[in-house]
Amino acid sequence: MVELRSASIGSPGPLGGYPRVSKAGAVHRVPPNLADYDTARRDFSWETARALLDGLPGGRGLNIAHEAVDRHAAGPQADRVALRWIGRAEERAFTWRELRDATNRVANALRRLGVGDGARVFVLAGRIPELYLTVLGALKARCVVCPMFSAFGPEPIATRLEIGEAEVLVTTEALYRRKVEALRPRLPGLRHVLLVGESGSATAVPGTLDWNAIVEAANPDFTIPPTDPEDMALLHFTSGTTGRPKGAVHVHAAVVMHHMTGRHALDLHADDVFWCTADPGWVTGTSYGIIAPLTNGVTNLVVEAEFDAQAWYDVLERERVSVWYTAPTAIRMMMKLGAEPLKGRDLSALRFMASVGEPLNPEAVLWGVEAFGMPFHDNWWQTETGGIMIANLATMDVKPGSMGKPLPGVEAAIMRRENDGQISQVAAPMVEGELAIKAGWPSMMRGYLKEDARYRKCFAGDWYLTGDLAMRDEEGYFWFVGRADDVIKSSGHLIGPFEVESALMEHPAVAEAGVIGKPDAVAGEIVKAFVALKPGHEANETMRRDLLGHARKRLGAAVAPKEIDFRANLPKTRSGKIMRRLLKARELGLPEGDISTLESDER
Amino acid sequence: MTRDETVALVADILSGIAPEADLSALPGDADLREALDLDSMDIVNFVAALHERTGRPIPEADTPKLLTLDGVVAYFEADAR
Repeated sequence: MVELRSASIGSPGPLGGYPRVSKAGAVHRVPPNLADYDTARRDFSWETARALLDGLPGGRGLNIAHEAVDRHAAGPQADRVALRWIGRAEERAFTWRELRDATNRVANALRRLGVGDGARVFVLAGRIPELYLTVLGALKARCVVCPMFSAFGPEPIATRLEIGEAEVLVTTEALYRRKVEALRPRLPGLRHVLLVGESGSATAVPGTLDWNAIVEAANPDFTIPPTDPEDMALLHFTSGTTGRPKGAVHVHAAVVMHHMTGRHALDLHADDVFWCTADPGWVTGTSYGIIAPLTNGVTNLVVEAEFDAQAWYDVLERERVSVWYTAPTAIRMMMKLGAEPLKGRDLSALRFMASVGEPLNPEAVLWGVEAFGMPFHDNWWQTETGGIMIANLATMDVKPGSMGKPLPGVEAAIMRRENDGQISQVAAPMVEGELAIKAGWPSMMRGYLKEDARYRKCFAGDWYLTGDLAMRDEEGYFWFVGRADDVIKSSGHLIGPFEVESALMEHPAVAEAGVIGKPDAVAGEIVKAFVALKPGHEANETMRRDLLGHARKRLGAAVAPKEIDFRANLPKTRSGKIMRRLLKARELGLPEGDISTLESDER
Repeated sequence: MTRDETVALVADILSGIAPEADLSALPGDADLREALDLDSMDIVNFVAALHERTGRPIPEADTPKLLTLDGVVAYFEADAR
């Protein structure tokens, strides 16, 4: 029996019969940053939040990298470990002073290459130190940083580099050879490719530069130029139902949100060791895997290796992790192993656990109490929101399955779309509608790159419409219901069905493709494709493998379908649009709903 | 199972999960996830198929032992003894 350290489980609640995890009388090892929810909400202002940051010296503006690195390097924190990296074969640590010098070198190196203000610097790498140095150094040089997931295949990489007008790409020699080299003719605007060699060794690949040689030769002194808080800083791609991926634009002012949510939602304190398991290729791994811990002066732990429960427990124990931010897929995989591997481990440093990516199922929230002596605190946000919006907080009772309550400074509501296109707030508790957030928080996206119409479609008046369906209960807790569109959420990542269908359609045998998310106990959803072949092609196992291999080569394992089924014909509307909703309902054995627009049915 | 049998089994299973994967030049100690671009779902499916095809129960906790070709070979070699 694990001793209950910071919570106790109450009697079953009204929703789904899962007991509420009460925080009444909980003993907190450190006083939580947010002691009382109602008071904190009432007293909150963005001016006060902004005042927790320094700003560039001499009133020269606000730059994320200054708040994350330079201000701590100039203070009493200078010689504490800012970034602790655990690689597959070696480990490295950077104090704030070292991090400042190393990121200054990157900034100078970019400048010397003639990479100017606002230039788009893309990063494609696993979790290696050079990635972190590049992101922060490029922000110092006032470049715009776009991290990409290293498991993407060539097609998602090319699309993002094109839409984002990449001028610089920092990647590894291995990834370059496998995924980028063949794309170069498509990317005339890509001026520089900088390669990190295997374990930091030198590279000599035609058409590229050696990252280490260039950065090491650069000067370690750099003064961040004046930075307007509204200057574009980060570009994060996300997927919609239709069309190409969308590049959500974030500005330097977003750091106010990163910092504040690090304090409020993750309860970061200066002596914490914080581990966010997300990859910087996704927004969580940037906002919370790089920025928020550093602005809060917290040691940021980075683990290069992919998920492995035993290895993760080793890290938690050995590194004395105190705050841990992870994801449902990983939690469910740990759950499958049971609490047994945790027996005898000293996890006494651990005091707060949070989860994001997709709704954490109530069983997993409660398994946290059984296995770690505390619940996982689920929270909700999106690429577009830039930071955590709704969360279960350290001092708040946890209702397993709920995403929690809006953070101070965040106004959330459930909206109903009326027939005239207007929206109205749903006041009654536990009535489904679209989750909306009142515009105005600092890390709200400032646009989708070159997609103004799609950006404007996200707003109704003052409200940002999230595309997520949710409900609010009488206590103000929000509950996720599902997506309002066809976007697939697999292992916490959004996948646009259109991107997958397009890749399948490129195969010469494919006539039609429809892609859905199929519920999965571990990943939340997996990508499933339905394919109709052109005449003269036979639907058999050989064809299935051919299509699967084709899709994986184009898209990478993270985006490609896990299942492919054949149909003679896919259900379509009169205008020829494939009805994914119907494919999904039939796959799951659900009611088919309104099929009045169905013109050509599935065979 | 002999090494050759195990390698053939791995190749057959992976041709259903990741048909594009080329095992011919794969070093025995290479991490399958990285070398062949397999994600965690692929690994779950791979381990499930190993269990199905060999009939040997594979506890969840043994997954880390099955992430290289050498690892899989050793796992099923030990089984024969």
